[in-house]
This record gives sequence, structure tokens and C-alpha cells, in this order.
Amino acid sequence: MSKYFTAEITGNRFLNKYFKLLGLRSDEGPMLPEPGQFYMLQAGNTCDPLLKRPFSIFKQEENSLQFLYRVRGKGTRSLALMKEGDTLQVLGPLGNSYPLPEGDFIAVAGGIGLASLLPLLARCPAKAHFFYGARNRDELVMAVEAELLAKDMVIATDDGSAGRNGLITGALSDYLSSHPGTSALPVYACGPAPMLKALHRVIAEKGMRCYVSLEEHMACGVGACLGCVVKTTSGYKRVCKEGPVFDMEDIVW
Amino acid sequence: MVNLSVDIGRLTLKNPVMTASGTFGYGEEYSEFLDLNRLGAVVVKGLSPTPRQGNPVPRVVETPSGMLNAIGLQNIGIKAFVKEKLPFLRRFDTPVIANFFGDSVEEYVAAAGELSAAEGVAALEMNISCPNKQAGWIVFGTDPCAMKEVVSAVRKATTLPLIVKLSPNVTNIGFMGKVAEECGADAVSVMNTITGMVIDVKKRRPVLANNTGGLSGPAIRPVAVRMVWEVCRAVSIPVIGMGGIMTAGDALEFLIAGARAVAVGTANFVNPCATVEILEGIARFMEEEGISDINKLIGSLTVN
Repeated sequence: MSKYFTAEITGNRFLNKYFKLLGLRSDEGPMLPEPGQFYMLQAGNTCDPLLKRPFSIFKQEENSLQFLYRVRGKGTRSLALMKEGDTLQVLGPLGNSYPLPEGDFIAVAGGIGLASLLPLLARCPAKAHFFYGARNRDELVMAVEAELLAKDMVIATDDGSAGRNGLITGALSDYLSSHPGTSALPVYACGPAPMLKALHRVIAEKGMRCYVSLEEHMACGVGACLGCVVKTTSGYKRVCKEGPVFDMEDIVW
Repeated sequence: MVNLSVDIGRLTLKNPVMTASGTFGYGEEYSEFLDLNRLGAVVVKGLSPTPRQGNPVPRVVETPSGMLNAIGLQNIGIKAFVKEKLPFLRRFDTPVIANFFGDSVEEYVAAAGELSAAEGVAALEMNISCPNKQAGWIVFGTDPCAMKEVVSAVRKATTLPLIVKLSPNVTNIGFMGKVAEECGADAVSVMNTITGMVIDVKKRRPVLANNTGGLSGPAIRPVAVRMVWEVCRAVSIPVIGMGGIMTAGDALEFLIAGARAVAVGTANFVNPCATVEILEGIARFMEEEGISDINKLIGSLTVN
């Protein structure tokens, strides 16, 4: 059940140069989102930016919600200016969620894709072989928290400033080859399109099962506008409604 | 208590607040957030005789105080709508207005016929902003001759109240409204989206996969109010006003300009309860102003 409600900002602080953590409180009662679900958040107090923005739920307790976001475009810059005590309109929780793994699993996060996967790691502690890729060390966030929740963790950066030098999908490929048996584990992934495309090649080659959380330009978040579709083997599907989590092999890459 | 009831030809609405086609899905998407019984009418996503896949992504992009969309009329087709979506909508005491389109006069006629035969469709709204493939991609809504042909043909194919949704991408929208009226339309909707484009300067490419899209939201509202005013002066059939309505104050501008009803579109994306909040705001305004009947407010504009 999703709701449309007013929430008060309890915090909106920078974790490092790029990432902020937004805390919201509402008296609407527990919302109980599942890992992978998202909320549409108002980003400012005027008609510009006009549309709400989708954010993966990062953490939820009783009447509070937390969102991890990267300050990048007009919407997130506007959201970043909002202060403790301000109120904003919230719609959610929306979309489907990650099917919960029964045992160990592999999780692959690229950049801010971490925000979507960390709740899954928190729900299933010490079960994830976690692969976390970013452009450089400044673009890594919450790595310590992720490591505490994961079974083991591999970091890769494009410039080698932290972890392995290179793509996270390369690191995953090597890991699968050197750890027999891990190819049977289910994979959960969220990240930029080039990462997901590269991941698809690895997954297809090994014949693995992968659940992927997708992003697309979104207007309504509830399945009405048909703006956020993704091409699947059975036609266009709405990222906000049938997704954001899809079986990787159903997507036309 | 104030009287909010208005007539659109033979169709009586309990209040003048409707949804704009394409922004409210088939109603069920928003039924979680508001009581559909409270709406004047539900106008559903545009339907065609056969399902449409729509355009590739990106299909939407935000613009200053607005958005561009190029969904490409994706829809499940009339048969699936009647079987899967209409039974849900019939449960509410709110008229369902079916928006429809085709790629040829024959398709428009077929769509109108099929929808007229369905139980629970109260009126039809014609989207004439699609190109006529047979006549070499002339847009039905911008060429008066093409419009005359298609509206006259549809008029013969249905006895339901027929609303023609006018395109703003014309020089004289009042004239287009007059053409629709002469072809037998019971009402006109003013207006559809304004064609626009956003360019990604680094890629030197349009952001939308379709290159251009329809602009909606508060950015277009003054244009829409002006067009409603012009059409109201040109025709004697009811005009349904729409274009960037976000608040009751916005809706009132359209009503005062002469619109018999209003449709709320992009605002639904921003606030799923927008329609109901606008309705409550209109009633509050009338009480404050001592107006007992909304029909006394409609067209009450005094020009300078």
C-alpha cells in the first residue's frame, strides 16, 4: 500500500563531497518498504523543478525514512538545499522489490546503485559477496557500512584510487573463475547502464540468475504516464510499476 | 452548499473537474490515493483499435515549470480496455470519457464504433493530434480539411457525446473549434500539448528519442487560458479547458474565461490528489465569493 503524505526533514547532510543522507519523519505510521522499493520525493518548493524524483529507500525505522543520494542534477541540487525542519511531499513506497535470497548471494553496485542494494544487505546480513564499483575513491560512500553487512567485499575504481583498478564487472568475472561454486549464486545488481550491460555479458556467459534494479526518466511513479518504460522480451514494461527490479534475462540489452 | 454541476452537451457532470487523457492511466493507477467518485469525469489514456507499443526512451524530460513527453500513444487497445479496465471504472459513480485516436479515418471510425458499443463509456474524446498516414502525414488536428473529414466521419459512427480535443499548434484555434462544431462535435477540449524540443548540448542531440514532444505543465498555462478564451468566443458548444492547471486558482481562470469544465493533467504526476484538492478549492472560492452556482462563474470574464 502506498501513500501520499507530508514528511518533515530531520537531517540532510553531506557524507562526503558528492553524497548526502536525507532523513524524513512522518506520522503516517510505519511504511514498511521492502528492499528495492522507491519513493517519489518533492525536490523544492516551487514549480521548478516540477516533478518529484524517484529515490531508493535506504533505511526505514518506525516513522522515519532515510534516502542516500548523489547531488548531480537540478532535482538533487534543489533537494540538497532543503533544511532540517522543512517539510516535503512524499509518495510511496512504490514499485516491486528484490526477491529475497534464500542463502548466500552476489550483489553488484555501481556508484549510487549502492543505495538500492544496501537495504538488501541489511536484510540478509553476512550473506552477500559484495562488489562495489565507482569512478574513483571520492565516489565511494558507505563502504565501511557495506563491508560490515557483507560476507566479503571487493571494491574497484576506474582510476585505481581505491580497491582494484578497473571495472567492477571485471573483478566479478575473476572472482567467479577463482571461486568455484559461486556461479550458482543469484546475483542482485544496481548501477549505471554501461555497468549493467557489461554485467549482462558475464551473467549470460555463466548462465547465472540476476535481478537488476533499473532507472529511467520518470514522471508519475505510479504507472500512469508510461514515461519510464524499458524494453523487455515481452514488450515495454514500466520501471515504476512492473519494476524497478527485473530478471536480467527479460530485458533487451 | 454550492452547486458545482455542469452540463457538457447531454452529459451532466457532478462537478467540473476531470482528468486529462494520458495523465491518469485507466483510473486504477490513482484509485489508491483518491476516491474516483469525487471526480467530475475520468478521461482515460488514448485508445486505438489495436494495441500500440509507443516510442523508445527517453520519453519524458522535465523543462522549466513543465515537461515534454513523447510516449507515442502506447496503449493496450480498445478490446483489452473494455475487457480489463472498464469493469473497474464502472464501479464508480463517475462518467468515463474514452479518449481515442487512429492513423486513418477508417481507424477513427472503427474506434468510435467499438467504444460506443461498450457498456460504461459516457462520452468520447477524439485526439486529432496524430498524423494521417494515408494523406501523407498531415496532422488531422492542424489541417482544417483533414479535420473536417475525420470529425464528420466519427460523428456518423457514434451517438455518444463527442468531444474533439484541439491542437494548439495552429494559427487560429478559434477557427478550428468552429470547424469541429460544424462537423457535429458536442464539445471541444482546449488544449492538447504544445510541440517542443530539448537539446543535450554535449551530445548535440535532442533528449527525447522522438526528438520532439508535447509540452505540458504550468509553463503552458497562460497560452491555454488565452486559447480557451478565443475558442469560447468562436463556438457555442461547451469548451473543456486544460493546460498546466495545478491549483484551484488556475482552474478558476479557465472557468472564468468560459470553460464549462476543466481537466487536470501533469499536476496528477506532481500530486496524485491534485484533482480533489482543486475541486475543494473551487468550492471554497465560491463560498468566499458568495457564488451559489458554478454556472454563474463560468464565462464571467469582463475584458479590459
